[in-house]
Amino acid sequence: MTAIDTTRPGSDAANKDGPSRLTAHGVHAWFGNHHVLADVNLDMTPLEVTALIGPSGCGKSTFLRLLNRMHELVPSATLAGHIELDEVDIYRGDLSATEVRRRIGMVFQKPNPFPAMSIAQNVLAGAKLGGIKLADRDATVERALTRAGLWNEVKNRLSMNGGALSGGQQQRLCIARALAIQPEVLLMDEPCSALDPTSTRRVEETIGEICSEVTVVIVTHNMQQAFRVSQQCAFFLATEGEPGHIVESGPTEKMFSEPDDQRTLDYVNGRFG
Amino acid sequence: MTAPLLANDPTATPPAPVDRITVVVRRSFGDRVFHLSARAAGTLTLALMVLVFYFLLNASKTFFKVESFSKFMTDQAWVPDEANAGVGSLLFNTILVSFLGVIMAFPFALAAALYVSEYAPRRLRRSLTLLLDLLAAVPSIVFGIWGFFFLMPRQRHLSIWLSHELSFVPIFKVTDGQYADSPFIVGTVLALMIIPIAASVMREVFSQAPPVEREGALALGGTRWGMIRSVVLPFGRGGIIGGMMLALGRALGETIAVTMLVSVVFTRSTHILHQGSNTISALIALDWGEASPIARSALMAAGLVLFVITLLVNVVASMITSRTRSGSLTEI
Repeated sequence: MTAIDTTRPGSDAANKDGPSRLTAHGVHAWFGNHHVLADVNLDMTPLEVTALIGPSGCGKSTFLRLLNRMHELVPSATLAGHIELDEVDIYRGDLSATEVRRRIGMVFQKPNPFPAMSIAQNVLAGAKLGGIKLADRDATVERALTRAGLWNEVKNRLSMNGGALSGGQQQRLCIARALAIQPEVLLMDEPCSALDPTSTRRVEETIGEICSEVTVVIVTHNMQQAFRVSQQCAFFLATEGEPGHIVESGPTEKMFSEPDDQRTLDYVNGRFG
Repeated sequence: MTAPLLANDPTATPPAPVDRITVVVRRSFGDRVFHLSARAAGTLTLALMVLVFYFLLNASKTFFKVESFSKFMTDQAWVPDEANAGVGSLLFNTILVSFLGVIMAFPFALAAALYVSEYAPRRLRRSLTLLLDLLAAVPSIVFGIWGFFFLMPRQRHLSIWLSHELSFVPIFKVTDGQYADSPFIVGTVLALMIIPIAASVMREVFSQAPPVEREGALALGGTRWGMIRSVVLPFGRGGIIGGMMLALGRALGETIAVTMLVSVVFTRSTHILHQGSNTISALIALDWGEASPIARSALMAAGLVLFVITLLVNVVASMITSRTRSGSLTEI
């Protein structure tokens, strides 16, 4: 069990040196015999937001789920290659799946707060699930909700049911829930696809604020969003009958203005996909 | 003159009348046939229930002419020919053995349902589900025979041990060494009979717990048990309660297996290890053959009481099961 002192930001035992580096070397993924992802190499650097873009079915969500071992929950799912969190292989090292998921948090496409729990209980759910002792529960709740940009809206109704919030608020509650256990990396799978423009803007602001403390990897279908929130970008593509792969990756500025590959230019300018 | 901008302007000229039509949906011939037959079948089911109720009420009239309804509800004796009979002890014993069965069945039903829906290897899941449903269809006479010849002689040792070691617990007290046919034995057989029913209902509800919430709990670093506690059990609470209530309904009405195991008493005792138990349905089955007309009418009256209680239990059970999301008081 890890004791987290929540009074000082970023001070938990596992997160001493700030955000962590997540790297993928030669990663493949299969569902049964279906090869969905081939030879993906990507460096997800600390203090930056990495956006994964590409048309539907190109394997970017599969890649994201490989990064915190959610992929293996699908029956018949297999993989190859190495994914390292600060140079420790998350599949072959001493890390358990639950430990990997605690250190690499995830926010899903559809907001999924626990409907039977209050707002505060939702935020504390990760600590309870992981058996983590919290020094100050109220402070953890306040800090996580503040970082997710939800504190001012819910501070007077923390005992209210989490399921009763609006869609955008639910998604920010899920972000707060993920941040409360102080992960080193936060994976976001199209976090705004179910949200209205105002909520989307709030979530994007949140991403901008948290990336100083946690490495963010975001999958998005929205080119403008990728351009607004990310510093690094990877373009995934799957041609008919072939597994998905990375066409090109690099600084977002370059990817959107003068990419090396014509297909990247066509995609970011909305000419296909 | 320009058209008025505001509809509620009192000086405005009334708007021109609009053509209002009522849209009539014409059903096709096939739709009409299906609609009618579905309604007929539904009505028939309800009508049957009302008829059964009416029949029981009518048949028990004869007895209620010689004894009042309130005396019938409290009288512990069963001598209907002398107008001295009631469900006072019968109802107590029926509920006692049924609750014993439900209490013993609960942990096993819950564990079985959780195992099949959450822990069993995926390829075994389908066959285990089938097996569970098959078990619910084993005829009760089989349970009765098995309970009488196999279970009772063996469970006697457990009863003796319990009464010796835990005699300070009032319900385990046995003073005269009579252990056969006890409420404990009857309750155990009932428990075995209702485990598959309760487990089947629970498994069905557990399997509907939303995958996005399951993944949410796992993505927070939860173990499988943590996920079950925070997502599956809160989601399935209605199913757990409803499944146990349905099982209670079955236990209350179970006849054959109980008839084979009871040795009839008309007292109210909470000594569950001691010989002697009784239920309304078992008494009807045992007494029906030799009963005089007035005694038959009394048995019908007892049947009426059982009918109403079972109906209530089942209605409450289906109400709880059909309510999807339950409460906000759940803790992980």
